[in-house]
Amino acid sequence: MWVAFKWVLKRDLMLAVRGRSEVLTTLMFFIIVVSLFPLGVGPERETLAEIASGVVWVAALLASMLSLGRLFSSDYEDGALEQLVLAAHPLPVLVLGKIIAHWLVSGLPLVLLSPVLGLQLGLDGETLAVLIFSLLLGTPVLSLIGAVGAGLTLGLRGGGVLLSLLVLPLYIPVLVFGAGAVEAVRAGLEAQAHLSLLGAFLVLSVMLAPWAAASALRISLD
Amino acid sequence: MNDLTCFRGDRRLFAGLDFTVETGQVLHVSGPNGAGKTTLLRILCGLTQPESGEVRWRGQSIGELKEEYAREVLYLGHLNGLKVELTPVENLMAWAALHGFELGEEAILDALAAMALKGIDDLPVKVLSQGQKRRVALARLLLGRQPLWILDEPFVALDRHAVGVLEGAIEAHLDGGGLVVLTTHQAFTLATGHLCELALGG
Repeated sequence: MWVAFKWVLKRDLMLAVRGRSEVLTTLMFFIIVVSLFPLGVGPERETLAEIASGVVWVAALLASMLSLGRLFSSDYEDGALEQLVLAAHPLPVLVLGKIIAHWLVSGLPLVLLSPVLGLQLGLDGETLAVLIFSLLLGTPVLSLIGAVGAGLTLGLRGGGVLLSLLVLPLYIPVLVFGAGAVEAVRAGLEAQAHLSLLGAFLVLSVMLAPWAAASALRISLD
Repeated sequence: MNDLTCFRGDRRLFAGLDFTVETGQVLHVSGPNGAGKTTLLRILCGLTQPESGEVRWRGQSIGELKEEYAREVLYLGHLNGLKVELTPVENLMAWAALHGFELGEEAILDALAAMALKGIDDLPVKVLSQGQKRRVALARLLLGRQPLWILDEPFVALDRHAVGVLEGAIEAHLDGGGLVVLTTHQAFTLATGHLCELALGG
């Protein structure tokens, strides 16, 4: 089973490496959205630092949404998804492999890039560390929840818009506590409560989302 | 040993279908376009749920067997299920891992050579022609260890040589105690095996 899991992961990572431009578009989107705010709001350091966590989090949310569409759609079009569903291993495990690959390709780069963007918006020291940590806990949840939506909207016309309507409301708790953690530190409080809750979301979604996504895929292929 | 009993009753396309496929037997599902051949094949491999009725493998419902049944089935649909950015070898290795067995590169290269694909095994699939892609997909038949083959239009886009190889593979599979369910509009000849016809529609 783990051989198959590893192969699903490896295959998706190989595909991402060979189709680099798709990965880079997500990343550029993230950078551009965050960079638009200083231009629109004005360069006052205080104002920017105040909205920084929210801006970075919303941009991460949108960027991760943007890349969800291709999580299953290319496999659906070329028949690889049929082979995945008919595999001799439990589908949720294989789907988890795909989700992890998706996060490594579209979530982790956002986390790694966030300190630079945080600095750009005038965050410093501890707040920056908390921002990174909250994104590290939160972005996998985005991929996991998003996979369920991507599975459900597979093969539908205009699925992209439907996907955002379906998934964005479910992202709200992650946004609230992710951005909240940074705000708490800025206000001189502990971020631990927020981060614990994000961790709890992560555990819960790891347990539930692969199963839900697998069922969604079965329905979409039926 | 291998006998498959199917009780089917789908109201939309076909109703009250009831048939059995035995070891060493080919079931040729025929019928005009839109008769439900592909749907029937998808039901047989468990991709689509039947409106009513059930598919049984060795006397057990495939809904209960789940992965155990999936391990026994090799399904080849209209779509090749190949990732175009990867090479044929990578595609086949990933496919084997998904279906519960490991393949060495040697075995894969041999199968590709048998499909007359020697020398292109390190190219990404996207540069191959339609027929070559189909042959990469069909190389699975030479590599797979599943007793039940479900093939949807396997002969499409193949040249005469590849059709011969495919027929040979089916014959060898039947001699080894395998089962084949296929649809095709093309004529094909098999030296061995027991050929049954199932006509849908009309």
